[in-house]
Amino acid sequence: MQRRQFLKASAATVAALSAPSILRAANSPLKVGTYGGYFQESFDQYIYPEFTAATGIEIESIAEPTGEAWLVQLAQAARAGQAPADVSMMAQLARIKGERSGLWAPLDEAALSNLGNLPDHFVHRYEDGKVYGTGAVSWYITLVTNTGAFVEAPTSWTALWDAANADKLGLMSMATNSFLLEITATTYFGGTDILKTDEGVLQVMDKLAEVKPNVRLWYRDEGQFQQALETGEIPMGQYYHDVTGLAASQGKPVRSSFPDEGAVLDSGSWVVSKASKAIEPAQEFINYMAQPEIQAKLSRFVGTAPTVSRELTDLTDEEFAAVSSDKTPILPFNEIYVDRGDWINQMWSEKITG
Amino acid sequence: MSATPVQTAAPRWLGLWPAAMLTLFFLVPFGIMLAVSVAHRDVSGFYEWSFEWDSYARFLSAFFGKVMAVSISVSLTAAAICVALAFPFTVFLSNMGHRAQTRILVVLLSALALSEVIIGFSLSTLLSQTAGIGNLFHWLGLIDEPRAYTPSLFALITGLCYIGFPFAVLVLYPPVSRLDPEIVEAARVMGASGPRAFFGVIVPNLRGAIVGAFILVFVFTLGSYLLPQLLGRSEHWTLSVHITDQAVYQSNLPFGAAMSVFLMLVALALVGLASLAGRERGAA
Repeated sequence: MQRRQFLKASAATVAALSAPSILRAANSPLKVGTYGGYFQESFDQYIYPEFTAATGIEIESIAEPTGEAWLVQLAQAARAGQAPADVSMMAQLARIKGERSGLWAPLDEAALSNLGNLPDHFVHRYEDGKVYGTGAVSWYITLVTNTGAFVEAPTSWTALWDAANADKLGLMSMATNSFLLEITATTYFGGTDILKTDEGVLQVMDKLAEVKPNVRLWYRDEGQFQQALETGEIPMGQYYHDVTGLAASQGKPVRSSFPDEGAVLDSGSWVVSKASKAIEPAQEFINYMAQPEIQAKLSRFVGTAPTVSRELTDLTDEEFAAVSSDKTPILPFNEIYVDRGDWINQMWSEKITG
Repeated sequence: MSATPVQTAAPRWLGLWPAAMLTLFFLVPFGIMLAVSVAHRDVSGFYEWSFEWDSYARFLSAFFGKVMAVSISVSLTAAAICVALAFPFTVFLSNMGHRAQTRILVVLLSALALSEVIIGFSLSTLLSQTAGIGNLFHWLGLIDEPRAYTPSLFALITGLCYIGFPFAVLVLYPPVSRLDPEIVEAARVMGASGPRAFFGVIVPNLRGAIVGAFILVFVFTLGSYLLPQLLGRSEHWTLSVHITDQAVYQSNLPFGAAMSVFLMLVALALVGLASLAGRERGAA
């Protein structure tokens, strides 16, 4: 760097630092948050460089914690007028909670030309009809097994209740991330409608409580379960289809099976913090991500299921089967956790993990 | 000659330093926690400042009573085991040569550098069925099949003791090494056996230090929230695990704060009782 350039640069830096808002508004990178770890690495590697090449917008990749921690951080920061990330990938429950408190910036529909590619349930709107987010990626939670311990792949969620599997299961520790209530309701009560009433929820919980003798680990930490699954320490459980497939492709003795009752189809959505000062590049990013080519690329390289309909993508049958299934999925009943979340979580602690 | 005026190296206002630090790093955060614990929980988002007892009322249930009992008994057990192991260990240590003492203390201190995560994952591997000590026992012919010793109460207590043991030794070491060896010799001359001298002379003389070590390990393990998840079964989840769930995963900060206040009050009460008991009997 030449001296003159250096002086110019330092003068600019000093000016910018003394006026933080200008620092943000000037060509600062767009901060995009995804779950830290596998997702973030994949996006860093396969998505962001080409987005920057296509649009000239630099991206600063932010690692989000899972659960609602990120929602809390965004909400607190927004109160102080700060946005730790401009665009964030949010789980559906956190997205709905953010919608209720008006945390997400409304977006300009005219700037989102690819909105039509997405099914309605992946175009999120405020009550007044304003768009504030789109489906980012979806993924399946399936029945996973260690191939050494289970020679035959299980075909039904009823395997969780099988007395032969005593002390062999690893399940997620919360109602809101395991979706075990939806799984139980679909497997034994003909669908998730039963969860609409409190009595129904309790009935489903009583059925689910029967798996307790089979559960060795109620996990919060994915790494802990994945390690135990790979070594065969905990040979069966529920886990993410994409990560299990990745581990299997690396030669680990694990498999992911879509049960007959369906696997859980969960998803994350792009939203923009209302405190963000980069709404326009954020919209450009969200629009870019809604292209069928990009969704197909995510399926190929990240292992997520496309949020646009399959026909729009050029995924082959084999590629589609690797990330998804034609079996009817079990959809998370997110609304019950928003409205009756505290009660369900309390009952869950008492009846299921307690 | 009249007394010379006391020369102080530091100005008077420096005496306020501990008070200021206590206020900044303890009272202010505690005040915030108290304020949040009576705030109104907003289900769809965060919380709003207000004054209500809802979070405390929710805690007063049989379920959380059970969780509190689990937390306290797990920590009490870990503290008792740590002190029971650390006290004779420290007595033996203080009788060793200077170089050996230094080396052992350095090893103990380095164990403190390990994080809870590393300790938890190491122990869960060490106690696992596929790669753990069960295989060794099987090879030695002690058991028929390799088995797992985790997750279990045993694994959890082992993990907590691993963390608590160095602290117990570090609290006990200074008073134990200062203990006048002549007291023990006098007891032996008077005809006391080794164990009798140990329990009749050494232990009573160091009651304060023992209680101190016990309290430190108890309070320290009470706050552990990772080991119960990594090494315990769900019925061994302590109150700290539930606080983490509420604060981090369910964004219910008022309830998390209310539980923390309860946990702190109970811990303070137990610490008060223990130190009172230690002092009274020590004076008798």
